[in-house]
Parts: sequence; structure tokens; C-alpha cells
Amino acid sequence: MSEDIDIQDREAREAAEKAAEYEHGWSSDIETEFAEKGLNEDTVRFISAKKGEPEWMLDWRLKAFRLWQEMEEPNWAKLGYPEIDYQDAYYYAAPKKKVELDSLDDLDPEIKRVYDKLGIPLGEQEVLAGVKGAKKVAVDAVFDSVSVATSFREELKRAGVIFLSISEAIREYPDLVKKWLGKVVPQHDNYFATLNSAVFSDGTFVYVPEGVRCPMELSTYFRINAENTGQFERTLIVAEKGSYVSYLEGCTAPMRDENQLHAAVVELVAMEDAEIKYSTVQNWYPGNSEGVGGIYNFVTKRALCQGARSKVSWTQVETGSAVTWKYPSCVLNGEDSVGEFYSVAVTNNYQQADTGTKMIHNGKGSRSTIISKGISAGKSDNTYRGMVRVAANADGVRNRTECDSLLIGDQCGAHTVPYIEVKNPTAQIEHEATTSKISDDQLFYAMQRGLDDEEAMALIVNGFAKEVLKELPMEFAVEAQKLLAISLEGSVG
Amino acid sequence: MLEIENLTAEIDGKTILNGLTLTVPAGEVHAIMGPNGAGKSTLSYVLGGRPGYEVTGGSVRFDGEDLLDMEPHERAAAGLFLGFQYPVEIPGVSNVQFLREALNSQRKARGEEPLTGGEFLKLAKEKSALLKLDPEMLKRHVNVGFSGGEKKRAEMVQMGILDPKFAVLDETDSGLDIDALRVVGEGINSIMRAPDKAVLLITHYQRLLEVVKPDKVSILSQGRIVQTGGPELAVRLEEEGYDAVMAA
Ligand SMILES: Nc1ncnc2c1ncn2[C@@H]1O[C@H](COP(=O)(O)OP(=O)(O)OP(=O)(O)O)[C@@H](O)[C@H]1O
Ligand SMILES: [Mg+2]
Repeated sequence: MSEDIDIQDREAREAAEKAAEYEHGWSSDIETEFAEKGLNEDTVRFISAKKGEPEWMLDWRLKAFRLWQEMEEPNWAKLGYPEIDYQDAYYYAAPKKKVELDSLDDLDPEIKRVYDKLGIPLGEQEVLAGVKGAKKVAVDAVFDSVSVATSFREELKRAGVIFLSISEAIREYPDLVKKWLGKVVPQHDNYFATLNSAVFSDGTFVYVPEGVRCPMELSTYFRINAENTGQFERTLIVAEKGSYVSYLEGCTAPMRDENQLHAAVVELVAMEDAEIKYSTVQNWYPGNSEGVGGIYNFVTKRALCQGARSKVSWTQVETGSAVTWKYPSCVLNGEDSVGEFYSVAVTNNYQQADTGTKMIHNGKGSRSTIISKGISAGKSDNTYRGMVRVAANADGVRNRTECDSLLIGDQCGAHTVPYIEVKNPTAQIEHEATTSKISDDQLFYAMQRGLDDEEAMALIVNGFAKEVLKELPMEFAVEAQKLLAISLEGSVG
Repeated sequence: MLEIENLTAEIDGKTILNGLTLTVPAGEVHAIMGPNGAGKSTLSYVLGGRPGYEVTGGSVRFDGEDLLDMEPHERAAAGLFLGFQYPVEIPGVSNVQFLREALNSQRKARGEEPLTGGEFLKLAKEKSALLKLDPEMLKRHVNVGFSGGEKKRAEMVQMGILDPKFAVLDETDSGLDIDALRVVGEGINSIMRAPDKAVLLITHYQRLLEVVKPDKVSILSQGRIVQTGGPELAVRLEEEGYDAVMAA
């Protein structure tokens, strides 16, 4: 009898709490509307319906899903991870695990320390950590960014730049999306890209019209989206003739996510004389120091340098994830087109990264530069995998590749796997690779001048990565430097 | 200012310092001479707290504090500076960035306000002028591509900027041309000759000592101080050599 009353009480309380949450206008749809676990055609239909997509989009997704079912997961990368059960995952708005933090004092001190080191304001820390009362803060924060973002939107609109979530773009600019979606990364490109094509639920669309120089750095942050970066993101950026845009992706704050598998697709198109600069800081949860947990990040990023003299630069700082599989590439079709890839990949503890680029030279006089800096510590494994291909009729192609690896300690691994396929004798291909260990001499020298061991390490590592960091937009570069230091904490000595 | 008592230290289980005792009061420049492999550089590393150099006995007091109990960066903040026999290269890090970070870390540890970029640059320019080092060199990466002599001169610019209380200068004169030797010697005088400062000057030759006139000269041999005298000891060593002087 008394038990029954208890239960009733609890149900009533829970209902009240739920109602209160609705009142805050927060997370109602996030918490209650999600697709069942597992992946089948119904999951794909559910996602498409949720997004209010037109028929052609659903058909496109279903086609991808059917292709995916016929494919096998690749295993050529130098990665080892337990088999992924694709039926044991959520594909649309997995229910958020309820956070029960009453205040930041309850936050894992380890995470708190990282937030402090990054200089994240307390309000934002509460949002990131999911502190109970912070829901209110989060709403305010969203309001703040709405007003900020609205003024940015106005400015972009005046310039004629379209900057929307991919779902909005599918509804509002179907012709543009239809024209380019899947043209750079075809649906059947690879296992993870095909999966993404079937189930992507979030992402960004940018369109820069002819001759327009986008008046600001674009970043996902301004996209008025309270949700975190999604699990299956889809980004499409089209830069018309003579236009320019710089896009920033990612977040330096350590992000935890219940979804272990992440598979994004990014497609870039640069027409004649257009330039796209795409910068990424990736800091997904890497797992703990014993190698438990952590995100698997399987990303397909590719740029089509379609027009003459078009240019795409990929700059990435990869510090997070348990497993990273990622090769931002350029297909250089345009004459005298330019592809650049600047990368810093840090692995510590049990992290594994297999990353690099492909430069496919089809255009005459096309040029590419690859600078990859791998930093390995702990028991981690860091592989650079790069391909430079020159087509038979592409005369006067030039490529310069520089791959440097820095080892911290003697239990980690660094590997360089270059593939060079040259079918035209006029090509000039330069490849340089170095491996060095962080030296005790350098550490002691810096410490003798007044830096503690971690500051000394950070200084040396940032020096090593300098050539890449200087390619990042200013505001990102400073955070990225701190991030390198934090990722390598505990690896000194 | 610095009191070393019966210090023993080893590297990889091999004893290098073997009961070394030496006192350097404030206001003194004390030259250390000694044969190759005697343990001079080892002494400087042990004073600096270099990992891998294990102290197995004895004590070192610096301004009354137990120096051996401090971390390397704490020793630096307390005012200890090592001029390295072989200054180290740090690619990708400019001298300006390196020294500003180092100085501000030291200042922070001492509870002082950090210097702004402008204040720091002014200081750096002033000290490079003192050592007649082209200030443009400060924009270059730490010691990368510097000639042997440039490295030593840059080392003294670092000392000028960090303004230590106590400097251990390990063969700062080696690799310097005749004019540079004079510039560096005068630099040392101007930066370190003060009643509240002191220098341990490790050298093989009399030449530097003609500019930086030492108050005392000691011979370090087989890991200990075997003889101490005035400046005349250095002159005798140069004329007669270690074997003769130590046998006498
Ligand atoms: N890592 C090491 N392992 C073993 N022995 C070492 C190591 N480092 C130095 N030693 C030895 O310690 C001894 C003292 O070396 P140190 O460099 O202190 O000599 P020094 O007096 O500075 O000589 P120099 O005048 O040539 O500079 C030498 O015999 C040297 O070989
Ligand atoms: Mg020596």
C-alpha cells in the first residue's frame, strides 16, 4: 500500500519535472523524439520525415542506404578497434543522458581543470558540463548568440552569402543542393561516407556567389544551433567564380558524446579563381588514460578545385578521438589550381590516428603543398597516409610534401605511408620526411630559463607545429596552442 | 651566496662529482679551471637540477635555501642562470617568444607582474645592444642556424634579459673571436658585477679572465676542488699546465 503511494508520488514528481523542462523551452524534442536503436530503411525514412525533406532527398538517402548494405567496412588503415555493431546505435537524436550535476563543484576535477586552462568562462563551462541550473544559462547563451548571429546573418545576406543548416538548405535551396550534394564525395565513395549519406541529420551549407568575398570567418558557432556538432554531419560549401570564404569547424573545449561513432562528410567546390580556406580543430573525447571509451571519428573530406586557378586549403589540428580516420583531399581539375593541406595530429595514451591527404592532379600546372606534423606520446599510434597522383595529360604539376614526426617517450609509434603515382614526366614531386624525439637537452634548456616541465614541453611542441598553426585564423591559433599542451599533459618525463 | 658542501653526484651510476666543496659569496667572480672531463659541466648541470644527474651526497645552499630541493624552473626563478657550453636549438620558437615566456614565468613565480610585449622588446633591444648582437637575431628561432660565436653571444643576451643573481658560465668564451671575447667579457661585467650578485666562470683560458677579472680561481679535478688561489693561479696554469701546478 505505502509502496504504491511512493510510486505515485514519484511519477507525479517526474511529470512535474518534465513539465518544468518544457516550460524552459529546452530540449523537449531532443529528449523525447528519437529513432529506435538500429539501422534499417525505416530509420532512414524517420530521419527524412523529421527533417521535413522532399521526396528526392528521401530517395537519395535510401539509395545510399541500399549501397551501404552491400559494402564492407574498410580495414586498410593502421587502426585497431573493436568491431562496431551498427545495429546497437542510435541514428537520430539519441536521448541525452540525464546529467545530475548540481554545480560545477560536482564536475570531474580533471575536466574542470581543462576548462580552466582553456580559459572558458564559467557560464559556458556550466553549459558544456551540463550543470542542472545551466539550462537557464544555456537558454540565455542561445539568446545571446541568436542576437549576435542575427546581425551576422544580416551582413551575410547583404553580401549574398547563403549560410544555413543543411536541412534548411534542402528545403530552401533544393536546386543548389541537388546540383552539388554527392558530387564531390559520391554516395558510394566509401563505407562511412555512404553511411553518412543515408543517415546524416545535421550539417552546414554555404554558398558564396560569383565575385563575393565573404565578409567574415564562418563558423558553426554562429549557426544558431543549440545542439552539439552531430554524429553524422554533412557539410557542403560552394564557392562560385572569383569568390572567397574561410570556414572554421570544431571546438577546442573537450566534448563528450554518448555516440561513439562519428562519420562526417564535407564537400567543397571551388570554381574559377575561387578560394576556400577550411580550418578544423577536432577535440572529441579521446578515451581515458587506459584507453577506455572515446570517439571513433571516420571522416570523409574532399574538395573539388574545379575552375582554373581555384584554391583550397585544409588546415587541421587533430587532438581528440580514440580513433581518427581522415584524409581531407583535393581533386585539382582546374588549370593552375592549388591544393594545400596543413595538419597537426596529436596522439597520447592509447589514441590512434591515421590521417593525411590525397592530392589528385588532373589540371595542367596544378600545385599542391602538404605539411603534416605528427606528435605521438604515451602508447599511441600516429600514421600519416598521403597520396599524390598526377594524371597523364597534366603537364607541369608540382607537389611538395613535408612529413615530420615528433616522438615523446619510447612506447609510441609514428608511421609515414606516402603513395606517389605520377603518369606525366614533367611533374616535380618533392617528398621529405623526418622523425625526431623531443630531446632532454631542449627540455632542460627551457626549464633552466624558468619554464616548468609542462610549459617547456608545450613550447617545444608548438615550435614543432608552428608551420601549421600559423595557417589557422588568429583566434583559433591561440586556442589550438593551448590545446596541444593540454593534450600532451602527463607525457613529460 | 652559494655554498657547496662535500657534493657527490653520479650519471648512469658513474660517480662524477666526488666530494666537491666550494663557497662563492655575493660580489665575487670565481673562475673554475680544470682538465677535460673533470666534471665542470656536470657541476653546472647539477646546480641547475638537470634530470638524470643524481646527487648522492652533500648539500648546496643558495641564499640560505636548499637549492637541491628545488625544481629546475624554481632555481631559475630564484635567480640561477646557466650559460651552456653547448646552447640548445629550439626550432619554431623565436628568441623573443622563448625569453618573454621564460622571463614572465620567473616573474610570476616571484609574484611580480608580467612584462607587456612592448616592455619586453625594449629590454631585449637594450641587452642585445650591450652584447652588440643584431636585434634582428632575436626574431630568429632559438639558436637555430646560429654560428658558434653567435650562440655564445645570444646566451649572454639571455642572461642580460633574465637578470639573474648567480650565473654559472660554462666555457662562454669558447668559439668567440678576439673582438667578441672582449664584448662578451664586458657584457658579463656590466650584467653581473654587483655587490649582490656572483658568477662561477668555467673556462680553459686566461684570455677571458683578463677582461672579467676573477676574485678567485679554483682548479676542479676528478670531481672535486683541489686548489684555490687568486688570479695569479690562472696565469700559472696557462704557463705551466695542470700537471705541474697540481703536483707542486
Ligand atoms: N651521460 C653520461 N654518462 C656517462 N658519463 C658521462 C655522461 N655525461 C658526462 N659523463 C662523463 O662525466 C665526466 C665529466 O664530464 P663533464 O662534461 O662534466 O666534464 P668537463 O669538466 O665539463 O669537461 P670539458 O672541459 O671537456 O668540458 C666525463 O668523463 C664524461 O665523459
Ligand atoms: Mg664542460
